[in-house]
Amino acid sequence: MLKLVAQRFALGLLTLFAASVLIFAGTEILPGDLASAILQNNATPESLAAMRKELGLERPAYVRYGEWLGGVAHGNLGRSLANNRDVADEIAPRLKNTLFLALYAAIISVPLAVVLGLLAAIRQGGIYDRLVNVVTLMTISVPEYFLAYVLVKYFAVGLGWFPSLANVTSNTGLLERLNLTFLAMLTLVLVIVAYMMRMTRASVLSVMASPYIEMAMLKGLPKWRIVAQHAFPNALAPIINVIALNLAYLVTGVVVVEAVFVYPGLGQLMVDAVSKHDVPVVQACGLIFAGAFILLNMTADILAIMSNPRLRHPR
Amino acid sequence: MSELDYLKRLHSAGRLSRRDLIGRALAVGATAPMLSGLLASADALAATEQGKPGGTLRLGLGGGSTTDSLNPLAANDSVMIDVLFGIFNGLVENAPDNRPVPELAEKFEPKPGAAEWIFTLRKGIQFHNGKEFDADDAVYSLNLHRGDTKSGAAGPMKAISDVKKLDKYQIQVTLAAGDADFPTILTDYHVMMVPNGFTDWAKPVGTGAFTLEAFDPGVRIALKKPGKYWKPDRGYVDTVEYNVINDTSARMNALISGQVDVINRADPKTVSRIEKSPTLEIVRAAGGWYPVMAMMVDRDPYTSLDLRQALKYAVDREQMIKTLFSGYGTLGNDHPIPRSDPYFNSELAQLKYDPEKAKFHFKKAGISDPKIVLQTSDAAFNGAVDMATLLQATAGKDDIPIQVKKESADGYFDNVWLKGSFVASYWGGRPAATQMLSIAYKSGAPWNESHWNNEKFDKLLADAQAETDEAKRKNSIWAMQELLRDEGGTLIPCFRDWLDAHSKKVGGHTPHSGFDMDNGRIAEKAFLKG
Repeated sequence: MLKLVAQRFALGLLTLFAASVLIFAGTEILPGDLASAILQNNATPESLAAMRKELGLERPAYVRYGEWLGGVAHGNLGRSLANNRDVADEIAPRLKNTLFLALYAAIISVPLAVVLGLLAAIRQGGIYDRLVNVVTLMTISVPEYFLAYVLVKYFAVGLGWFPSLANVTSNTGLLERLNLTFLAMLTLVLVIVAYMMRMTRASVLSVMASPYIEMAMLKGLPKWRIVAQHAFPNALAPIINVIALNLAYLVTGVVVVEAVFVYPGLGQLMVDAVSKHDVPVVQACGLIFAGAFILLNMTADILAIMSNPRLRHPR
Repeated sequence: MSELDYLKRLHSAGRLSRRDLIGRALAVGATAPMLSGLLASADALAATEQGKPGGTLRLGLGGGSTTDSLNPLAANDSVMIDVLFGIFNGLVENAPDNRPVPELAEKFEPKPGAAEWIFTLRKGIQFHNGKEFDADDAVYSLNLHRGDTKSGAAGPMKAISDVKKLDKYQIQVTLAAGDADFPTILTDYHVMMVPNGFTDWAKPVGTGAFTLEAFDPGVRIALKKPGKYWKPDRGYVDTVEYNVINDTSARMNALISGQVDVINRADPKTVSRIEKSPTLEIVRAAGGWYPVMAMMVDRDPYTSLDLRQALKYAVDREQMIKTLFSGYGTLGNDHPIPRSDPYFNSELAQLKYDPEKAKFHFKKAGISDPKIVLQTSDAAFNGAVDMATLLQATAGKDDIPIQVKKESADGYFDNVWLKGSFVASYWGGRPAATQMLSIAYKSGAPWNESHWNNEKFDKLLADAQAETDEAKRKNSIWAMQELLRDEGGTLIPCFRDWLDAHSKKVGGHTPHSGFDMDNGRIAEKAFLKG
């Protein structure tokens, strides 16, 4: 087990390094640079040259990448090219916000999805099952910003129950924060519950087709006990995987929701940085996103192994 | 707020006489019954429309990014422009009627020929750090934008050949050539007055009404009034909060649900929601911002005057205003001077969509396969692709084939603009007509995107710049507009209105043709009604 974790960890580091090279190359390939992105049509050849010189952008790409990598190896993420602020300082509050929203949405959506999925599996083919299927299909089929706008229209502008702006600051208290981010959380919950719920239902049902379940039925056990005690534990592996993927989405893919609710998370920071070619910030965000994916997938793998006795004790 | 409301406010603030109020109201189409109502409500307004001190002004602004910095040299969009005008002052301010008025310079006068300018500085103004503002600071601040600099104002400031201190409160600016409109260049939002030798932009020190309280770029910026402001009729609120809301719907919703008091760039498509609201109002100003499709007149096939004219008649200008700005704009006449400019040529006939004339000129040009390729991208401005497609459609109906080429948004201004022969882009208005004409139309000017090179035009421009007699200047500037309309290489279908909106409890936020948010000066001008 320990060997497996160590292996995965080393592979993860290698993936991170590869990701940083790819991200750097990607931002280099984009036409233009920070100077032209900031000066736009106010640029003169002289002012472009002056800005590039000040930022050291006239040096070759591999030199700049090497410098950045050296810094990271020493735990220094560098400074934003655009406003010269420390990248770590800039990212820390954003990362906190992103994790907060992800956690908020996860705490509500994961249990909800599993319970809904189990109920749907128990009542397979019934009215409840069909209703849940149709509603969740609808929420995954519409784009998330549409869901967000619909929620804002009814709950913020119409009824006035929740604020439409999730403009939290570092001084915002927990209750206030929960209130400000409520609609953003609800949007995310609606988007991800569907995936996880459908996966729970499908994998439980596929286990339900196995002979030992038939045996349990013949013994005369009630349906809910069969599902909860016999089918669910054996259906866990795929469920854990889809949960991990959705949690990774909560950390890395919510930029559209951030934009609609004006929530200062990492996604918006990365989009701004990419559009201005602010490479150190892009790199740092990229590393965090890649890291989140790697970590969550690793956790999912380990949990899946632990949930399966055959994998837990390989012969 | 309509034009009439604005005039009413000017009148009640004592900046417009009763006679002028009536005259200008008639000019924008007021009828006699409207007039008497206007005068009565203007008098009532005068009683209530006094600036009240105190409170927090909450702004919801598009045009901000996490990459924003407090260095005025790098400012390029609404949020930082509005913040910087709260912290700093310029030497000269651009008044709502587009005339330069004194700010930190209490007087500015040209010597004959308008190549040498004497600026007399206001005495007794202190920076936030207690130091008095004087000539050394002014010289340093101006020089930040000259020579080897990354300033966004480097282009226009190239006109300056020397800046020198005459005494503690007087500086002399020498220009390479006469320019009677020179003070308007100093109204540029990059050109802020900072203490001599100042470089620590993260902790800005200015002479403005506010100091920096919190700076979280792209999210929230807060300014606080440190004490008494040197302008007696400005700087009312105690704190100003800048919430960066780049998403248009989110911005509108924030205003409607009362989370902010003022927004910029209201969405023209849904602005009726604000018009209907009893507690909100629009602040609309005809502006100088325009979209442009520039043909290089020295490259084939655009060397053909007939081809250029064919395209001029193929632009459906009315439709452009509807498509691009949902009707919130004014017609363009292929020259860059907007109606709000005092030197706008009001007698020049308006170009109209005319399929017959377009076909006629295209045939006359006699180019069988012109290969017209219009390069565009939404990086130029949001709607630039629609603009190109619309021209393609209307020209197509007149049998003029245009190919629209959508370019990558990244580096558009670096790789396409000023390089392609027919390119879509935009210009923010400039406070002086001669300034706009010289930066983009003077032969050899670095931003002359149409490679317009016309001896007669250059002569008229030089005359207008060096001339201080109003009537003669007007003649020259009018003639340049006519030249550009008839022969120029730029298609300018329309000008965009600035569309701000605010809660009716906000006062002092007036329309300005220069830029949104009262030309960036919302922080020191707005107040909360009691």
